[in-house]
Parts: sequence; structure tokens; C-alpha cells
Amino acid sequence: MNELALLIGATLSAGTPLAIAGTGLLVNERAGVLNLGAEGLMLISAVAGFAVAFHTGNEWLALGAGALAAAVVSAGFGWLVIWLNTNQYATGLALSLFGGGFSAFVGTGYVGRKLPEQIAHPIPFLSDLPFVGPALFRQHPVVYLTMALTAATAWFLYRTHSGLVLRSIGEAPDAAHALGHDVRGIRLLAVVVGGALCGVSGAYLSVVYTPLWVEGMVAGRGWIALALTVFATWRPARVLFGAYLFGGVTMLQLHLQARGVHVPSQFMSMLPYLATIVVLVLISRNAQWIRVNMPASLGKPFVPGNL
Amino acid sequence: MITLDVRPTPSLLLSVLSPLIAFAITVAVGALLFLALGKDPAHALSMFLFEPFHGARALTELGLKSTPLILCALGLSLCYRSNIWNIGAEGQFLVGAITGGGVALWVTAAGVGMNRWEFFPLVTLAGALGGAAWASIVAFLRDRFNANEILVSLMLVYVANLMLSWLVFGPWKDPKGFNFPQTMSFADATALPRLIPGLRLHWGFLAAIAAAVLMWLFMFRTQHGLQLQIGGPAPAAARYAGFSARYAAWTALLVSGGLSGVAGAFEVAGPMGQLTPYVSNGYGFTAIIVAFVGRLHPIGCVLASGVLSTFLIGGELAQSRVGLPAAVSGVFQGVLLLSLLACDTLVHHRLRWSTWR
Repeated sequence: MNELALLIGATLSAGTPLAIAGTGLLVNERAGVLNLGAEGLMLISAVAGFAVAFHTGNEWLALGAGALAAAVVSAGFGWLVIWLNTNQYATGLALSLFGGGFSAFVGTGYVGRKLPEQIAHPIPFLSDLPFVGPALFRQHPVVYLTMALTAATAWFLYRTHSGLVLRSIGEAPDAAHALGHDVRGIRLLAVVVGGALCGVSGAYLSVVYTPLWVEGMVAGRGWIALALTVFATWRPARVLFGAYLFGGVTMLQLHLQARGVHVPSQFMSMLPYLATIVVLVLISRNAQWIRVNMPASLGKPFVPGNL
Repeated sequence: MITLDVRPTPSLLLSVLSPLIAFAITVAVGALLFLALGKDPAHALSMFLFEPFHGARALTELGLKSTPLILCALGLSLCYRSNIWNIGAEGQFLVGAITGGGVALWVTAAGVGMNRWEFFPLVTLAGALGGAAWASIVAFLRDRFNANEILVSLMLVYVANLMLSWLVFGPWKDPKGFNFPQTMSFADATALPRLIPGLRLHWGFLAAIAAAVLMWLFMFRTQHGLQLQIGGPAPAAARYAGFSARYAAWTALLVSGGLSGVAGAFEVAGPMGQLTPYVSNGYGFTAIIVAFVGRLHPIGCVLASGVLSTFLIGGELAQSRVGLPAAVSGVFQGVLLLSLLACDTLVHHRLRWSTWR
């Protein structure tokens, strides 16, 4: 029983980075910009966060540094795809490749370094409850903040005027432009905010979750987060649910490996990636369903006055 | 304030200049990077720009690195022209390395009497089938279930990597290899025939050049090649003309997977001579940059693979000589592609300085 509680706790922790990045990418895509550079952004912020945590010992500063680094880089990405109208697929890929190289380059000095001992964050009283205590109430604060982030994003998108403008820009940028909205400016803002969230996610991985820096340590989570937005049909709550689902798959395979199940460890490690493919196939099978839910201008350039 | 005006026709001059400007930007960024690290930029850059061309041995090493890049980039160019975003060439390369390496292992272990020239077509075929089979998963899931090929092909890279890792840590591990994760060294007969005695460059390089010529013929001189390039990006127009988008997706992915698989098989049978977890060096990802820098054109890919190979070799030299991390070549690759994409805006647009609105 206790084992199950720990598994649930670990699942929440493993799903959190996917949820943060997935939510950021969702905001991005709701404005009509597809950022295939998520993996690169997360790697850059992972190394930035680790470096700050290593030198200051403050994990909140580290998360902020990750967000800042990714925001700056994604602003560059945004400028390329929104103002210069470069191909979003190619530019995002370039960003992912650049992020991989750049983070490995910057991070060579940090490989094998250890962060100062982490402090635990149990919630008083609640964490002492049997079963639910270890399962739910001994998490890092970021885990709870992520749930709040999901709620805030849903509220923003569906209950505020700004959210409506953002969604309209993703659906019909020309109409939004005709109504006097600054399509490019708002898209850039969405890209920067989405990038910053990817950055928090990357820094969480290297500072809280693992905590260490290894080249390529994001290990495809940026891509899985991109898949999550499709899986969630661009709905915030479903992103969170999907992220915990993937966190659960990751944790289950680690758990089974630790118990010495007689399957080679490599096959177990394949599970999160195979699960992504299976989920994508299941959700995409209905092309109509995807088409209805996908922001209509996703991936398409917008040129003002070019109707 | 700078505004962009659409040019009535793309500028031919700038389409030639744009890669050169992008290259210049990359070199400038590199110089700043070395300066920031306190290394002499002239010395460091010479390792990237001159030494890979210095002498016959260096040139053949350049050809050796170019071979997998050309093969992967050719297929990727075909995919991108057909609007199929295959970014999993790395995985297809790895599976080609596994099937090619498997055949070499079988020949070695069973002591099959073959010479290098008899083995060459066999290993090529094995690699092509392996890579194409891996890519066919992407094609099938896209065609049948509408699954996004970007994500599926990338996820399959991780799966292929783990599969290779399982083989060399498990069933294929050399029993006399002191527990290192590697297969036994392949028999001499399974090495690719060398082009020049004493140097590592093999006939696979010429095969890659031949593939580029064939790809050029296919793309620009056959009805099928035309169908692909229309069927992908403009399915409605293609349907009207009687071309099929499904056909385009399948063909592009199978050809691309096959070529990447051959690249993997060549790498194992050529310079490596055994299967290890580190077959690839990221060739499948670097090839994406090669394809774009080469303008998705077969001849362009051959030229661009030369540029990217110098980055790879320069990175290795920088690591062994002045202790810079080899990942610096990854930075160069990323900067090159990003600045190329930015410069390409100039091909279709004119910059105009204007006052506020």
C-alpha cells in the first residue's frame, strides 16, 4: 500500500515538467505558433537553472533563470517566425538542434557536479496522514503550482477578454487584425510566455527532479510535451491529465525495473516513447476531431494586410 | 523601423548569397564564442576552416564524414519537398546500422566465405531494408491513423537507440570483450572496399555521390518525382491532376528511410568495424541541417555535407587540441541553420527602412 502511495507521489513529480512545458506550448499554439524548439529550450534552461542553483544554492532563483534564458531564446525564435516569416517547422527544428549543441557546450563544466542537499517540502499535518500523505502532500511546491497554473490558464483562455483575443488570433489572425488587434505583438508575447514555461520545466528537471546536469538530459520530454498538446486537443486540463498519465508510465517502468522484472531495462525505457506514439495514433485516428479542435492558423505565417 | 516588402520574383543573386552570408555569420559567432572562452579565435577557427582540408588524409576523412550526411540528407530533402516532416533519420540510420551490423556479425560468426566486393551489395541491401522498415512505421501510422509524422519519427529515434543499446549490452555482446558494450570485431571480408589503399575512405562515398545523381534525376526528370513534390504540399491540386498524397508520403518516407539505413550500414561496415552504442555521432540530425543548407537539392546536399563535415571534424580537433568541448560543432550547426533561415527571408523580401507606420 505504501509502495502505491510512493508511486503516486513519484508520478505527480514526473508528470509536472511535462505539464508545465505542455501548458506553455498550448498557449503558444493557441496563438497560432508551433514551437518545435521546445526540446532545445528545455535543454538550455536546464543548464541555466543548474548553473544558477550550483552557484547560489537557491532553487527558486534557478527556476527563474531557466525561465529567463528560455524566454530570451524564444523571443529570438518568435522574431524569426513572426516578423521574418521563416518556416515554423524548420526554425523550430533549428532551435532544437541549436539548444542541444549549446547546452552541451555550456554545460561541460557542470557534468558530474552535485547540488547542495535539497530541503524537503512536506505540508504540515496533511503530509502525516496515512497513504494520502506520502502520495500527495510531500511534493515540491512547483508540483502544486503547476496544478494552479493549469487552472489559471483555463481561466485565462476561456473566462477573460485577453484569452478570447489570444484564441481568436490563433483561429483567424486576419479577422483579429481587422478588428485592430496587434496580431504579431500578441503572438510574440504568447511565444515568450510559452518559452518561459518550457524554461521552468527544463530547470525543474535539472534542479529539482533529477537533480544533476547531463548532456541531452531532457530526453525527448520537449517532444512529448508537444505531443501532449495534440493529445489534449488544446485543452489545459487535458494537458495536465495527459502529463500525469505519461508520468505514471515513466514511473511504472522504473518501478518494475527496480523490482527486477525479467524484461531487459531498455525495453522498459522504451515505454514512455511507445506510449506517446500509441496515444498519438489513438487521438489522431479521427482526423475530423483534430481538425475541429486545432487552432486554425497553427503553423501558418501571418502577414498584415495580405488578405 | 524595418519593413519587409515582398519581391515580385525571388532574387537569384540573394538565393546564392544567402548561404554565404549565413556561413559568415556562423564564423563570426564562432569567433566571438572562442574570444569569450579566452581562446585565440584565429587559431581555433583555423581548426574548423583550414585543417579539415589540409592534406590527402584530412580530405579523405572529410569524405568519410560526408558519406552518411549525404545519404541521410538526400532522403530528407525528398521528404521536405513532399511536405513530409521526417525528423527521425537518426533512428532510421541506427536501425540500418543494426541490420547491416547483424549481417556482418553473421558473416563473421558463421565464417561465410565472401570477399569485400561480394559483401558490399549485401550490407547495402540490409541497411536499406532496415531503415525503410523503420520509416514504414511512420508512413503507416500517418497514412492509416493520421498520426503526426514529426512526433512519431522522433519518438522512434529513442526507441531505435534503446534497441541498439539492448543488442550490444545483451545478446550481441562480444563474449571476449571484457564486458564492454560492443559486438566482436567483424571479419575483414565485411569491411567496405577502400577507395585508396591505406586511407579509410571507402566506396560508400562514391555510392553516396551516385545516389545524389540518381536523386536529382528522380526529382527533376521523372513524372514520379514531380508527383511527389506536388502531391505533398498541394494535395487538392495534386488530386485534380490525379496524383496521390498518400503515394507521396509512402514513397518519400520509404526512400528516405532506406537511404538513412544504408548510411548506418556503411558506417558500421566502413570506419567502425563493429557495433557499439555510439555508431551515429548524431548524423541523422546533422543531416537535417545539411538538407536545408543544401536547399533541399541533391547537388546542394553534397556541397553542404562538406561544410557540415568540416564542423564535425573541427569540433573533434578543438576537443583534442585545445580542450574545447566537441559540442561546439553543435552550436555551429544550429547557428548556421538559424541564420540561413533568417537570410532566406531576403530572397523573397526586400528590406526597406521606413518611418513609424
